[in-house]
Amino acid sequence: MKKHFMKGCEAIAEAALRAGCTFFAGYPITPQNEIPEYMSKKMPEYGGVFVQGESEVASVNMVFGAAAAGARAMTSSSGPGISLKSEGISYIAGSKLPAVIVSVMRGGPGLGSIMPAQQDYLQATKASGHGGFRMIVFAPSTIQEAVDYTQKAFDYADRDRNPVMILVDGCLGAMMEPVILPEYHDNCNKKEDWVLDGCLGREPRTVLSVSLTGEPQEQFNIEMAKLYESWAEKDTEVEFYEMDDAEIVLAAYGTSARIAKTAIDMLREEGIKAGLVRPITLYPFPLNAFENLDYKRVRHVLDVEMSIPAQMVDDVRLGVLGRAQVSTFGRSGGVIIGVEEIVLEVRKIAEGGGFQ
Amino acid sequence: MNKIYGRPESIRNRVSTYCPGCLHGVANKIVAEVLDELELREKTICVLPVGCGTLGLFYWNVDMISSAHGRAPAVATGIKRCVPDKFVFCYQGDGDLAAIGLSEIMHAANRGENISIIFVNNSIYGMTGGQMAPTTLEDQYSTTSQKGRNPITEGYPMKMCEIISGLEAPRYVARFSMDSPKNIIKAKAGIKKAFELQIEKKGFSFVELMSNCPTNWGLTPIESLEWMRENTLKVFPLGVYKEVE
Amino acid sequence: MDRVKIISENCKGCGYCVVVCPKKVLEIGEAANKMGYRYAVAARPEECIACKLCALMCPDSAIEIFK
Repeated sequence: MKKHFMKGCEAIAEAALRAGCTFFAGYPITPQNEIPEYMSKKMPEYGGVFVQGESEVASVNMVFGAAAAGARAMTSSSGPGISLKSEGISYIAGSKLPAVIVSVMRGGPGLGSIMPAQQDYLQATKASGHGGFRMIVFAPSTIQEAVDYTQKAFDYADRDRNPVMILVDGCLGAMMEPVILPEYHDNCNKKEDWVLDGCLGREPRTVLSVSLTGEPQEQFNIEMAKLYESWAEKDTEVEFYEMDDAEIVLAAYGTSARIAKTAIDMLREEGIKAGLVRPITLYPFPLNAFENLDYKRVRHVLDVEMSIPAQMVDDVRLGVLGRAQVSTFGRSGGVIIGVEEIVLEVRKIAEGGGFQ
Repeated sequence: MNKIYGRPESIRNRVSTYCPGCLHGVANKIVAEVLDELELREKTICVLPVGCGTLGLFYWNVDMISSAHGRAPAVATGIKRCVPDKFVFCYQGDGDLAAIGLSEIMHAANRGENISIIFVNNSIYGMTGGQMAPTTLEDQYSTTSQKGRNPITEGYPMKMCEIISGLEAPRYVARFSMDSPKNIIKAKAGIKKAFELQIEKKGFSFVELMSNCPTNWGLTPIESLEWMRENTLKVFPLGVYKEVE
Repeated sequence: MDRVKIISENCKGCGYCVVVCPKKVLEIGEAANKMGYRYAVAARPEECIACKLCALMCPDSAIEIFK
C-alpha cells in the first residue's frame, strides 16, 4: 500500500477530507495552523467548503450550522481556542449534532507557550463546555493513529449525533511520519430526519438545545447519560505494552506514551520490569485496564504526562483504587519529556524511593 | 366574500408567546408574508437568536435552528455555504446582533455571505428584564443604566445600518419602523427586496426594524408606539442606507 | 358575514387595532379569553371598509379581513 510521508496536522486534515468532511472552519493558532492552511487549499479540490472564521467562536458556530445542514463538519484549534469554542461545542452537544473537534495542545494556561504540551486533558475530557455533556476523546500516539482515529471520529459523531474530539499535542502535529491514507468516502452529506433542508413535503424541523420547562431538559439529560454510559462498554480503547509481567506500570498517552515505550525498552534491558498502559480513548477512560491489573505483581503506577500538575492521574487513581502507589512525572510548558528522565524516575521507584 | 387578509402560512396557527403589543409579532408576520409570497417557506432555514426572538421557535412554520447568543450570522454562513440553494435568514435582536454578536455580523457582512438579516431593534434587552442595549438611547432608563444612559461611560447608541452600509460587500442595507401600518407596509417591501436579492444570489442584505418593548419600557402597548415616534425614530433615521443593483 | 373577524383566543388586547381603525369599528371588549386577555371585538362591524389596517398592525395575526 502506498505510504505518504506527512506532517501530523496535514495528515489529520487529509484524513478528514477522505472521511467525507465537506465543511471546515477554523482560525489560526499555533501549533495547528497547518490544518486550516491545508484545508484552505484541498477542501475546494474535494468540492467542500473552507472558511477561515473571524474567530474560534465564529468557526465553531459555522460548524454548528453546517452540521445542522447535514455536512460532515470539523474545526480545529489549540487550548486557548478550544476555550473559546466551549459554548459552541456545548450547543453542538445540546442540539444533538455531529461534529469533529481537533485540539492540538500547547503550553498553558492563558496565552501559555506555543510549544507542545498535554496541558488540556481536563479541558478535553471533563469540561469542554457547560452543561455536563461528554465527548468521546481520541488520543492518537502516532500519525497513522491520528489518520485512523480522524476517520473513526466522523463515524462516531454521526452514530451518536454528538461532537467527538481528537486530542494531540504540538509534537505530533508538527512531526512527519509515513502513513497509509484511507480511501476517499463519497457523498457523506446526510439526509437524516433531523437535517435542516427546508420543509418541502414534510413538517418543519427544529434544531435546538433550549427547553422552556424543566422536564424536557431533564429528559434530554437522561437520554444523553445513557448514551455516555454505553460508550464505556463498547468504545473504550487502550494499548498494553510489555504488561505481561510488569511490576511498575507507566500510564501515558499521545507523545508521552511513545517516549515512555522507549524508556521501557531501556529499563527492560536493565532488568526492571516496566510496562505501559496507554489510553487511546481518554473518554471513555479505560478504567478497567487499571482496575484489572494484577496488584499482587504491580506495586507502582507512574503517570507520565507533559502536564504540570498532572491531569490524567486523577482518572488513573480512580482505576487503581489505592491498590498500588501512584505517582506522577512530567514536564510542561513546551518542554518535551526526555527518555532518560523517565528511566531515572522509574529506577528510583524500582530502588524503593523518590517519587513526586 | 373572500378572505383577503389572514395569518400567513409561514407562521403557525397558535398564539405567540411575545408580550401583548410586542412588535416581534409584526416582524414575524411580515417576514412570514414575504416568505409566503416568494414561495420560500419550504426551502427556508431560519436562524434564531438568543433573546425574545428565541420564542419564535414555537411560532415560525419553517425549518429553524436555535443558535448561541450573537452567533446567528456564523451559523447561517455554515448552513448557506453547505446548502446554497436553500433560503437562509437570521432573525436577531439588538443585544444578539450589536453587542455579543458584533464580530459575527460584521464579518458575515464583510464576506458578503448570500444571507438576509432581520435585525429587530427595540433599544433594550427584553428577555432578560430590561438591561441596556448597544442601541439604548442617551438618557434612556434601563436596569443597568438606572440614571439614564450616560455617553461618557456607556457610549452612544450604536447605529448598525450606518456601520454595515460602510462595508464594501453588502448589497442592501435599510432601516424601517413597525410603529404604524404605513411603516409596516414599507418594512415589508424592504424585506421583500432583501429576500429577492438572496434568491438572485446577489449577496448580503440587512434590514433593521425599529421595534418596541412595552414591558421593559414600562408603558402600555399604545404608549410604546408613541414613545418610538417621540424618541427612537428621532435617533435612528429610517431609510435605505445602501442599495446596489 | 362581517368583513372583520377577530380570532379572540389569539388576541392579547394590545389595543393597536382599535387605534388604527379609521372607522372606529373595533373596541376592547368586556370578555376575557382563556389567556385572561380582554380581547378586541368588532363593535360596529357594519362600518368596516376592509382597509386591513387593523390586520396589518396586529402583532398576533389575530384578525382576518373578508371582502
